[in-house]
Amino acid sequence: MPGRAHTRPALITPARVVIALCLVAPFVAMLWVGSYARTDPALMGIPFFYWYQLLWVLLSTVLTMIAYQLWRRDRRARRSGGAAK
Amino acid sequence: MAGTAMTATFLAVLAGASLLAVTARRLRPNDRLPSLEGWALADRSLGPLWTWVLLGGTIFTAYTFTAVPGLAYGNGAPAFFAVPYTVLVCPLVFVLLARLWTVARRHGYITVADFVRGRYGSAPLALVVALTGILATMPYLALQLLGIRAVLTAGGMYPRGATGDLMMVALFAGLAVATYRHGLRAPTVISALKAVAVFVSLTAVTWLVLVRLGGPGAVFEGAAQRLGSPALLLSPAHQPAYATLALGSALALLMYPHVLTAGFASDGSRTLRKTAVALPAWTGLLALFGFLGIAALAVGVRAPEGAAEAAVPMLVDRLMPGPLAGLVFGAITVGALVPAAVMSIAAATSFVRNVYVEYVHPTATPKRQVRVAKLVSLTAKVGAVAFVFGLRDQDAVNLQLLGGVWILQIFPAVAVGLYTRWLHPRALLAGWGVGMVAGTFLVVRDGFSPIVPLGTDAGPLEIYVGLVALLLNLTVAVAGSVALERLRVPRGADLTDLPPRLTVRRRPETGANNP
Repeated sequence: MPGRAHTRPALITPARVVIALCLVAPFVAMLWVGSYARTDPALMGIPFFYWYQLLWVLLSTVLTMIAYQLWRRDRRARRSGGAAK
Repeated sequence: MAGTAMTATFLAVLAGASLLAVTARRLRPNDRLPSLEGWALADRSLGPLWTWVLLGGTIFTAYTFTAVPGLAYGNGAPAFFAVPYTVLVCPLVFVLLARLWTVARRHGYITVADFVRGRYGSAPLALVVALTGILATMPYLALQLLGIRAVLTAGGMYPRGATGDLMMVALFAGLAVATYRHGLRAPTVISALKAVAVFVSLTAVTWLVLVRLGGPGAVFEGAAQRLGSPALLLSPAHQPAYATLALGSALALLMYPHVLTAGFASDGSRTLRKTAVALPAWTGLLALFGFLGIAALAVGVRAPEGAAEAAVPMLVDRLMPGPLAGLVFGAITVGALVPAAVMSIAAATSFVRNVYVEYVHPTATPKRQVRVAKLVSLTAKVGAVAFVFGLRDQDAVNLQLLGGVWILQIFPAVAVGLYTRWLHPRALLAGWGVGMVAGTFLVVRDGFSPIVPLGTDAGPLEIYVGLVALLLNLTVAVAGSVALERLRVPRGADLTDLPPRLTVRRRPETGANNP
């Protein structure tokens, strides 16, 4: 596990924690079926169960996009850090 | 019955697909000598847009587009497990597929069994990974044909008797020739048409359905009346099955050779991560298909007994103007061609790389490898056609269900292997065997049911069989690794440059620190 690693501080950075959270969030939300297996509140007559899952299609896009941007920035930072050595 | 306008649009879509297939050679051409990488992976040259259409078009098969609405029509809410399933695929693509791509590219791996071979230095493990992939893909390939047939029959577009069968064989033969000649480039260009046709036609159909039926509220109300109110909602007893099916299917999907082939064809791990961001658009599409299944209920479409997947084509045929209906049927037919071609390429490549070159003809030249792969891909397609005409539809569905359980059993070797080499190859083999046997037994015992009731104090807990088998598999693999490590049983050499353990400080993937 990453926590056990006594490594340089660069291994776990706030950005990487956010990336991990962005990628884990859909798993928690989607697999916790009990949280959304309900009819109410309905949206335009669509039961909660259906529109909530569709909402997560959008949310997961946004979260993956955030993860992607952070990952790119992280990579760029490491690349310039590596070049400086 | 099929109107002229409908038939005309339908044929126009198919003609477009054929024309595109002819131009496939022009997609990122190069004048390198024939190689398996060129034929099976389009020289790993696909940018984000091509990767998005190919990967999306491969994952979201025509079978998915017929089975999910069929299930929604027949069972209601449980069908929508496909939404969380395909939502979860995206982070998995972002993490696992991107990492796998990097290793594969660096070492010239074309199949996932190549990676396993390099990572664990174990030929038997690589062989079972390859064979499991081929075994799981074949029924899936046959299902694509069944999907076309079901849709066209329900829409009144499938001529009765031998004519219809001949038409389908001709369509498939055309695809086989294009794939034979241009490899992965053929399904790639066709997948662009698939994406456009499916997205345009589905949006139009959904919009029209909403207008005709008076909004989503009316659709759900109408469906609730027909199906009985609770069916549109998951009861607590169904929730574990829903969650485990979603998770298990998502993990399994990334292990299928056709998905990996489509992923490996991209031109970078960055491209794959970018693609992962946009993949949920396809999930939205699938959800719309599911919604149409519910709309079919609301309208009161009566699908024939045991053919729930006919409901949505019947709805389309009944409510839509001819050209739009033709576009939908054309889109689904083309939608079947893309995954079918990729599957046959992936199965053929696995066979050539991990069986033929490994065991039959180790000194085969790249040119010969391509030739054999082409022949095997043809055989795979002929086999699928024979399957469709020779066996009952239900057999293909059952085998595909088993295929999902089987393919999940290579997950420990592949996905865990990406991060640590700690699991011993022999333990992984044992785990695979246990998972395969237990999974098959559990599926067959209950008359081909994907879920297995596990007895608890509070009553039976229903869980996806694949996940149960995977847990057994992992348990055996971990316990076996501990034992073999203690006995100091030697293992093969690691030929990859991945870190052997998770705890070791990772080298930057950019290679900036490399000499």
